[in-house]
Amino acid sequence: MANPQRPLPETASQTAGPYVHIGLSPRAAGFEIYEVEPGQDIAGPNAKGTPVEVTGIVWDGNGDPVRDVLLEVWQPNTHGAFAHTDDVEPGFRGWGRVICDFDTGEWSFKTIKPGSVARADGGTDAPALALWIVARGINIGLQTRMYFPDETETNAVDPAMGHVPEDRRGTLIAQRTEDTDPTRLSYRFDIRLQGDGETVFFDI
Amino acid sequence: MSPSDASNGTLSGTYPRDHDRHPSAYTPKYKSTIARSPKHKLIRIDNASEGATGPLFNHEDLAAGDWDLLSNFAAPGESPIGPRIFIHGRVLDENARPVPNALVEIWQANAGGRYRHKVDSYLAPIDPNFGGCGRTLTDEAGRYRFRTVQPGAYPWPNGPNTWRPAHIHFSVFGYSFSQRLITQCYFEGDPFISRCAIVQTIPLPQAIDGLTAKLDMEETVPHDTVAYRFDIILRGRDATYCNNQPEGR
Ligand SMILES: [Fe+2]
Repeated sequence: MANPQRPLPETASQTAGPYVHIGLSPRAAGFEIYEVEPGQDIAGPNAKGTPVEVTGIVWDGNGDPVRDVLLEVWQPNTHGAFAHTDDVEPGFRGWGRVICDFDTGEWSFKTIKPGSVARADGGTDAPALALWIVARGINIGLQTRMYFPDETETNAVDPAMGHVPEDRRGTLIAQRTEDTDPTRLSYRFDIRLQGDGETVFFDI
Repeated sequence: MSPSDASNGTLSGTYPRDHDRHPSAYTPKYKSTIARSPKHKLIRIDNASEGATGPLFNHEDLAAGDWDLLSNFAAPGESPIGPRIFIHGRVLDENARPVPNALVEIWQANAGGRYRHKVDSYLAPIDPNFGGCGRTLTDEAGRYRFRTVQPGAYPWPNGPNTWRPAHIHFSVFGYSFSQRLITQCYFEGDPFISRCAIVQTIPLPQAIDGLTAKLDMEETVPHDTVAYRFDIILRGRDATYCNNQPEGR
């Protein structure tokens, strides 16, 4: 299997299992151990841009909510800059961990709407939140994206969208919902692991 | 790799993932995958912006003692029950380069096979001195180390008499979101490894061997703590985008 370009093979993935919270969010597992649990504040206190709140449920192929799911969010700031090598507002990390309610499976998180990203090849990525999903029964973390419904024109020329069959693109676009907080735009983004309306998952 | 390896503002992506090394989504012997596996193929996107970037961590994100599960939850002067072990190794990429500052987070059952989690109700008792989680950042050479107790095997409801081999769950961040990996580390010689439906979702025996920590007598501390070695390989960044580290050594 040795590939001359790649002397070592990637370590195999295994499911995060139902107790993932112990490692990644021990308060959710029911105990206090770390002073700081990272990923609780995605955008930080100084983020510019439009505050948003996203709520959803991850559904399995039987139509049941996935009650042990953990999501991670990765996004640029309102100017399309990633807190990586780009300059961003102090305290902006653009990364977060999202835990669902263990009874209903519903999760929600607050952040700011990401900007479009200028690509090295001259194209533009539409504003999107990258999501990574793990749970019991998921053997390798699933990557997807949440796009915004009010970005019709940008979404239409987004390079990743271009790889998605037209009849499945809707699975990647959130819905606007009634705002619960006047200072934030509310969105709903349900993710279907299997079956009718199965969400598009990416290999990035 | 360090941030300076990104040349001219062009961030390098990772090699496409070699899915032959990984479990398929649908592995019906592990029953939970039946309803949780997508039926459509993954859609490959080249040069995805999230595939070339990722959150970066530093020592402010954690506390100095987080790596030591023997003391990070124990009452002063006390210690969890169970065999004392080190689990240590290196985080490298597919190019065999060390990955420094990788955030490594682990969680595990206690020596009796019980998790400290709201939803675990196995009859083995909670250990009052054991939380069951730890975290650390790799050093410049990609090295990490945890001290803990060897976890116990535990039963799980996949079949009438199914047991997980002793294992430690590992979550690893490399430099980019495409390197994100969660896996589990087993211990060599455990007879449950070949009987476990989760382990056996992995199609290649070599890949299972890569998840099996090896006894490491060199690092074992006499009269004190047994060491096991477990190296972790993350996806390699495509060197064709790098400015100063050509491949082909
Ligand atoms: Fe486990």
